[in-house]
Amino acid sequence: MKGILGTKVGMTQVWRDDKLVPVTVVLAGPCPVVQRKTPERDGYVAVQLGWVEKSEKAAIRPEVGHAKKAGVKPQRHLVELRDYTPEGDAVTVDIFAAGDVVDVTGTSKGRGTAGVIKRWGFAGMPATHGTKKKHRHPGSIGQRKFPGRVYKGKRMAGHYGAERVTTVGLEVVEVRPDDGVLLIKGALPGPNGGLLVVRDSKRKVS
Amino acid sequence: MKYNKGAILRAIEQPSMRDDHPEFDTGDTLRVDYKVVEGNRTRIQAFEGVVIARKNGRGARSTITVRKVSGGEGVERVFPLHSPLIAGLTVVKRGRTRRAKLYYLRELRGKAARLKTDVGRQEADRAAARAAREANG
Repeated sequence: MKGILGTKVGMTQVWRDDKLVPVTVVLAGPCPVVQRKTPERDGYVAVQLGWVEKSEKAAIRPEVGHAKKAGVKPQRHLVELRDYTPEGDAVTVDIFAAGDVVDVTGTSKGRGTAGVIKRWGFAGMPATHGTKKKHRHPGSIGQRKFPGRVYKGKRMAGHYGAERVTTVGLEVVEVRPDDGVLLIKGALPGPNGGLLVVRDSKRKVS
Repeated sequence: MKYNKGAILRAIEQPSMRDDHPEFDTGDTLRVDYKVVEGNRTRIQAFEGVVIARKNGRGARSTITVRKVSGGEGVERVFPLHSPLIAGLTVVKRGRTRRAKLYYLRELRGKAARLKTDVGRQEADRAAARAAREANG
């Protein structure tokens, strides 16, 4: 399961023959290999990749030591990818090629406290016919004396967004190894500047 | 992570951008020669009308909205300016406008929907055309 860490730059469109293709630009790699997990020592196979160097001053001392072991600078982001043993001591975008199908994981945009319409897609209350100051409310949240309580898991207003989201089955439109840039078709989770993990897709290509 | 977002996006967009279009602005009457694919044949279809909007600035995603009145019915088409399907753009007439988006033309019919000719720019066009003709012999 190969993968790489990157930063979401933004979206644009590129022409493929006569068709406009919406793409998200991802600045990715080279990501230094910071640690390798082995079955003998750790019980499983994985690689820990770093992304975005930070100065030793900004890092705490355990981070500095951890990085020193691998002979790299302290990294702002450290992500472990299971069952992946990249060659060499860094991963670059050319592990992917145009046409590959990938899954992209990121942290979605935080929306703070959100009502049920935004958070769960409820229809709300009618705009007219006597609705009074309840246009964006959920309506009834239960039944009667039985069960006499609100069921667990009832969808209500609350904190929304800023959670881990994986978008699956996206096509790599272009790889630009010189710039360390990937163009991935469609939208990716999170704000511009957010951390992304781009991996081989788990979804079978149809 | 420090990076230059504009530079990255420009580097991606630049190669697909076209620089062979004439200079024009909203209010100008434009003929768009647009390639239409029919099965395995392509032919060129002309759409002539007033540019009522230019959107998304200088980037590769910029579009123009062209409006004409066809058989009493207003017809508007949006063309991606950098589309490879545009075979050619020709400025037919220069119109003088006081705003960037001419959506108000949608409300107007007949004589009221005309635009004043921008004589200055039109004469400049003619002079340039004349000079080009003389230069070619």
